Amino acid sequence: MHLNSVGSLWLRRYAMFVACCTFGLVIAGGLVTSNDAALSVPDWPLSWGRLVPTLEGGIRYEFAHRVAAMLVGLLTVGLALAVGTEKPLPDGRGSDGTTHLHAEPRPSGSGSWLAWAAVAVVLAQAALGGVAVRFVTPAWATIAHAALGQLFFAILVAICVGLYAGYGGGWAAPTVVCTVALFSQTILGACVRYGVMTPVAHIVGALFATMLVMWAGLNILLQNLENPRLRRPALVLLSITFSQVFLGIGSYMARIVYAGAPQPMPVLVLFTVAHVAVGSLAVGAAVALAMLARPNAFRVHGGTGCRRTPGGRSTGCCCCIPSWAPA
Amino acid sequence: MKKIWMGAVLAGSLTLGGCGGDKPAETAKTEATAPAGGAAATPDEANGGTITGKVAFAGEKPKMATLDMSANPACERAHKGSPQKSEEVVVNENGTLKYTFVWVKSGLPADKQWAVPAGTTSLDQNGCMYKPRVIGLMTGQNFEIKNSDPTNHNIHPQPTVNTDWNESQSPGQAPMTKSFGRQEVMIPVKCNVHPWMRAYIGVVGHPFFAVTGDDGTFTIKGLPPGTYVIQSWHEKYGPMEQTVTVGAKESKTVEFSYKS
Ligand code: HEM
Ligand SMILES: [Cu+2]
Repeated sequence: MHLNSVGSLWLRRYAMFVACCTFGLVIAGGLVTSNDAALSVPDWPLSWGRLVPTLEGGIRYEFAHRVAAMLVGLLTVGLALAVGTEKPLPDGRGSDGTTHLHAEPRPSGSGSWLAWAAVAVVLAQAALGGVAVRFVTPAWATIAHAALGQLFFAILVAICVGLYAGYGGGWAAPTVVCTVALFSQTILGACVRYGVMTPVAHIVGALFATMLVMWAGLNILLQNLENPRLRRPALVLLSITFSQVFLGIGSYMARIVYAGAPQPMPVLVLFTVAHVAVGSLAVGAAVALAMLARPNAFRVHGGTGCRRTPGGRSTGCCCCIPSWAPA
Repeated sequence: MKKIWMGAVLAGSLTLGGCGGDKPAETAKTEATAPAGGAAATPDEANGGTITGKVAFAGEKPKMATLDMSANPACERAHKGSPQKSEEVVVNENGTLKYTFVWVKSGLPADKQWAVPAGTTSLDQNGCMYKPRVIGLMTGQNFEIKNSDPTNHNIHPQPTVNTDWNESQSPGQAPMTKSFGRQEVMIPVKCNVHPWMRAYIGVVGHPFFAVTGDDGTFTIKGLPPGTYVIQSWHEKYGPMEQTVTVGAKESKTVEFSYKS
């Protein structure tokens, strides 16, 4: 059995599900902006005065985004409630009976805090979306909406990783710096997107962010070649960030090529949506690495890490993601 | 009538409060102003000066992209057989440029109040295109927005000086009446349901403006004698200016010439 109760296995799965839905929501949001469809539904909270408008043209994107956002909002409230009620066995023992060292009295406490923060962000998002529609997309509201969207996904990643690795403990500064840099980079990206900043700021930002990611990522990677719990997330962060740079260059070139196009061109839409989505993944990967690189990561479940039962089955945290179990 | 003026002034002062700072020169000056008790002037067509001319286009006609309306079958059906091309640049048969806005940018007496031109200007949504693509209005002048299509449109002007708005219009819905309170050349208008839909509205503080049509000509009548800066504005090729002096009952010709 796993370290915690079965309930917590389901909680993890549920949290992962919510995070995946959120990623879908990020893509849906990217589709709205790159198809310039935000104002195709001029009212809010109703859509064209109805619950379900005629699904044509830009309305399809905007309405899909609204529905996805509502679902994710509800799922997030569910997550906050579920994380809040999650309790480990009283003495820090997992349900497999092994005593876990250094167990926190309630490992999901901070998770619950994070989940409620996510609920607050989702409510703010709904309000900002409403402001954007009612006041005809003031730039500050759309940029805040884009930034909070990224923050929301980052929080969900943090909740998910925390459910595996715990929430407490100190932080490894380089990974935190990376996370902040990538997050700022997404805000700069939104500023470029909504025309309040030149692409130069975002490109220079990309240079910085990539260097920071290489510094932190390669360091962790080289020091943990034998430790998949850190090697893998470091590799993931590095490769996502590199992909993001190429997608950025692609978006930039597509913007130039299609500068005079009379309507959003599919290639441009594809690149920008991919760039926004992979941008989210980069921030998420940085959050995950930051959480996994904490000195106290996994201590919740017993600082000894993975163990094998005589039967050959692994126990301990790392077996939650089976491939993480060391050979 | 009085009501419209008051509305225009209100709208004007609202936007003034809302967005100070630097405005483009041609948009900053005039505001819809109610005539102080006295009647507003109308162009004196019998005794005033006339400026006529055309907007010529030299060089190779740019090839316009065919619009992809597949996102909305109703739009696509409206152009069955002959897919709609973008109207960003329309060069007429006679080598002139359609949809160019021509207006008196400066030279009119500063203290004179002008009456809103008679007749209805309308902006129709037809075949998921704005008809016509470019219209001119005087500040405070009402215009009508119609939906002749079996599909939903949202109308979203993107002014920088006037107030933003975005409204929906379903098939069969009654025309809506709108106006802009402050001078602004030009206000882009778009539909976010059909992102290829684009129109431009020139809003001017007096009635001396015109839009070129199928023959690329324009006529501005009833000008008080004086020296004027005439500006032409095209969405792709930008503004051009010329200075002309007209006397009473005099007619002058001006030609603008754009190159590809
Ligand atoms: C290294 C990490 C990078 C991150 C995390 C990132 C993130 C983002 C995000 C989130 C947006 C969209 C915001 C929104 O619409 O809400 C964006 C837009 C953009 N980015 Fe990046 N970016 C990165 C690198 C680059 C690079 C290297 C380039 C180009 C040389 C680039 C070019 C662009 C352009 C042109 C846009 C505007 C796209 C459009 O709407 O047309 N980015 N970026
Ligand atoms: Cu439309």
